[in-house]
Amino acid sequence: MNFDLTDEQKDIIRAAREFAEKEFPALAQECDREEKPPKHLWEKACKLGFVGVFIPETYGGAGLGYLEHCLINEEFWRVDPGIAHFILAGTFGSEMILLFGTEEQKKRWVPPLVKAKAITGAAITEPDAGSDVSSVRTTAILDGNEYVMNGTKTFITGGTLADYLLVLCQTEPHAKSPHDRFSVIVVETNRKGYEANKLKNKLGLRASDTAEISFSDVRVPRENLIGTAGRGFQQFMVFFDHTRIHVCAEAVGLAQGAMEQAIKHVQKRQQFGKPLASFQVTQFKIAEMATRIEAGRNLYQKAAWLLDQGRVEPHLISMAKWYTGETAVRVTEEALQLHGGYGFIGDYNIERFYRDCKIVEIYEGTKEVEKTIIARELLGKY
Amino acid sequence: MDFELTNRQKQIRMAAREFAEGELAPLGKDCEAKGEYPREIIKKAAQLSFVGVYIKKEYGGLGLGSLEHSIILEEFWRAEPGFGQIFSQTTFGAQELLLFGSEEQKKKYLPPLVKGDWVMGFSITEPEAGSDAASATTRAERVGDEYVINGNKVMISNGTEAKFLLVYCLTHPEATSKSNRHSILLVETDRPGYKADKIHGKMGLHASDTANVYFNNVRVPKENLVGVEGNGFIQLMKFLDYSRLMIAGDGVGLAQGAMEQAINYVKKRKQFGKTIASFQVTQFKIAEMATLIETARSLTYKACWNVDRGNIDSQLSAMAKWWACNVAVRVVDEALQLHGGYGYLDDYPIERFYRAAKLLELYEGTKEIQKMTIGRRILGIS
Repeated sequence: MNFDLTDEQKDIIRAAREFAEKEFPALAQECDREEKPPKHLWEKACKLGFVGVFIPETYGGAGLGYLEHCLINEEFWRVDPGIAHFILAGTFGSEMILLFGTEEQKKRWVPPLVKAKAITGAAITEPDAGSDVSSVRTTAILDGNEYVMNGTKTFITGGTLADYLLVLCQTEPHAKSPHDRFSVIVVETNRKGYEANKLKNKLGLRASDTAEISFSDVRVPRENLIGTAGRGFQQFMVFFDHTRIHVCAEAVGLAQGAMEQAIKHVQKRQQFGKPLASFQVTQFKIAEMATRIEAGRNLYQKAAWLLDQGRVEPHLISMAKWYTGETAVRVTEEALQLHGGYGFIGDYNIERFYRDCKIVEIYEGTKEVEKTIIARELLGKY
Repeated sequence: MDFELTNRQKQIRMAAREFAEGELAPLGKDCEAKGEYPREIIKKAAQLSFVGVYIKKEYGGLGLGSLEHSIILEEFWRAEPGFGQIFSQTTFGAQELLLFGSEEQKKKYLPPLVKGDWVMGFSITEPEAGSDAASATTRAERVGDEYVINGNKVMISNGTEAKFLLVYCLTHPEATSKSNRHSILLVETDRPGYKADKIHGKMGLHASDTANVYFNNVRVPKENLVGVEGNGFIQLMKFLDYSRLMIAGDGVGLAQGAMEQAINYVKKRKQFGKTIASFQVTQFKIAEMATLIETARSLTYKACWNVDRGNIDSQLSAMAKWWACNVAVRVVDEALQLHGGYGYLDDYPIERFYRAAKLLELYEGTKEIQKMTIGRRILGIS
């Protein structure tokens, strides 16, 4: 066993923290209020090598592991979840191309993401297909050498910003098993018939773009199919084994940031003639937060480490996902509570963190879906 | 990083599991009912090298670490907490001798423990000094070349079975700081003036020995001082960094055992025409248990691994202790709940596990003490 990070990993953490602390705070409130993604920070982050570190060097990345990607996520989210999400979601979907794409597809679509030349995203969710992924109804019908796509997707990260999206759609509607009806197709967003409408007034992560998108007879060449026709559902399940882990890191970073804000506040704030920190109930709250965060961090690092060893343990990933998500929500709630009324006013960052945190229990698999996966593993057939 | 146990550690776990399932579990119910201390089993376990593996080779042990010791106890507690507790106690205090004892003390007192010929104990708690150890009043006065001990201690593990005890005594009542007033003395239990009354009526763990002990002018030679006069409190704190981790391992094992019983039960038990495993609420309960156990185990191993490298992190040890033991209490509660009324009868082991669990949150530092340690450290409060 070895629970220590390598020196290189520690350096990555230090650099990511430094960048986030230097760049995010000045913009965080404004980006949240105006629902504005700070594009120049994304460009800067790409330039400094924080975006897509897990991408192999052949395709322009740093060729590091998913663990390192997670460490950067954690540090960015610790400072501001909204900006962090916008910057690091820029490569969201590239995992699919790396896992299942052809050499040509990888060379064509992946390198621009690292150089701030392109943004990608994954389009799965539909108005009537959330956790129940196999109910997706967007269709892609082969017409000669092209797919013709029709349908609507919602809650799509980067829908108005992305240069291309990895779209889950039905290509084999007649397959016997509902799981064999789907394919993943790359759709460039400048194609005719693609439309994206920004979803405004999200609870949190407002610096990050979320959109409802629609496909009206969008034609894409057959070469845009990623992986195998009819295997889209299964490919996305493998994809989630990666992306769920970085959501864990997001949650841990957010929780860490919230706790640190609470610590700072209780050390300064005086009531009944002494700092809040001197009350035992405060000390216990902080101790509980710190323990949960430590446990959550351990769990996601283990899951990421295993993944980087080529060993995927879906139930461990699901454990990490729901546990870190719940930790983020609980810790942020207590951290705001410790701010008292000030926590309810937008002057302190904790109000924004409180709004931001809830999403980590929802996207990339709700905590209910994660628990279902774990139970299936442990209980087998019953 | 490397989250995997070594092959040797895996072998130790397998051997401990085999022994626990084969030798301990079948005797659990009977042992609990009779409340008799099972000397033969200790000897047997010692012959198989499960006792005191962390004790250095020159004193008869295997020279392994806290991690291996924890893994063995985890397996014992998983199979039968009653025996788990007995084995948590057999060498309890030996770490203090390893840390602070003289060469002579180590040579004389450690090897018989490892052979299973003797058991020992560490007597700290008094009627009026529980978590507040620095208030202990059992007095040891230096008279010539001897110490004369007077006072009484309560809830002392192995009080009636131990060959010798380490006794936390007040030697310097005049010292200004409360943490400089105590010393640790080794007391053989056959010395005149020593008396032990076995405690009956414990909620659980009936076969393990717990006693109230009395010192009435007990005389021990000055060579029985362990470490430095007046340093008892500090030496005790250092000991707790180790012993707490062992208890964390106990908690992980108990929780794991309880969950496995619940899994077996819900897969068999039918209600409303189907197994109760097929109800979603059951699946979610199992998923939550498994996740909590995974976090507790990860935290415990991390803390052990650090301690074994000489990297003593009291904060991490405290986290592992309260979290793992809290997980044990929560998991066993849900596990019994899933057994319904049957869980309330002693036909199923879960009833015994349930009664055993609570102790884990009380001894070796209550969870409140652990949280105080963590909270104060983070907040910088002395």
